Amino acid sequence: MTTVLVFFFILGGMALLGSVGTVASRNVVHAALSLVLALLAVAGLFILLLAEFLAIVQVLIYGGAITIILLFALMLTRTREGPVRLDNAQRRFALIGAGAAFAVLTVVIMVSDWPAPIDNPVRPGFSRISEVLFQQWAIPFEAASLVLLVALIGAIVISRPEKGERD
Amino acid sequence: MINIEYYLVLSAAIFCIGVYGVLARRNAILILMSIELMLQAVNINLIAFSTYLIPKGELEEHLGFIFAIFVITIAAAEVGLALGIILRLYRNRASVNVDEVNLMKW
Repeated sequence: MTTVLVFFFILGGMALLGSVGTVASRNVVHAALSLVLALLAVAGLFILLLAEFLAIVQVLIYGGAITIILLFALMLTRTREGPVRLDNAQRRFALIGAGAAFAVLTVVIMVSDWPAPIDNPVRPGFSRISEVLFQQWAIPFEAASLVLLVALIGAIVISRPEKGERD
Repeated sequence: MINIEYYLVLSAAIFCIGVYGVLARRNAILILMSIELMLQAVNINLIAFSTYLIPKGELEEHLGFIFAIFVITIAAAEVGLALGIILRLYRNRASVNVDEVNLMKW
């Protein structure tokens, strides 16, 4: 009980630190690295929530692939050296809005009457997840794979230079 | 098992930090990172509800896990496509700041 709580606070603190670093950092590469910290901490939280499979998927896809793609794009679109203004003029209103949303959400969560945690929660094994995913959810799974394929082709078509365009 | 409120409040905090990032950042890639943070918060919520609230043997067992897998899939597609658009934008305008892209603004 208490061990889980200690780990929760460590991982949650890392996740919050990484999130704040992502949105507040003055250097784009530092922001990307903070995002990695937040994503890995969330993977740890998944393990606390008995979701080992999703933790592995999280580390592979987010910690590996998506971060590398984001860093690639940051390097490719770097315009000029020196300090660049990264925040726009509505920053103060954004802070107020996000803070208000968080306050409302926290009050609602605290006031709501949640059922007590069940005694023996389901720890889904890899085989159980694959059974559910490929039998009960087979058609949505195929649709998702189609979405990925279309997005891939679309990305290639969009980023290819058009006729008459330089490079 | 600790109470579910811990996870829900943490998830709300990460989501609101992501909202702030989306509203306050200028660089399109940083906005994309903030959107990733918001999706992470949603995933934490889905898995927490799935683990805490659905007893063993129900028909909806593992529903949250499946939803989280789909969220991750769609997020991957979204990042790939969005970065294609951003690279295109950079090639045309030599900038990825969203407040400088006002061609379609009425």
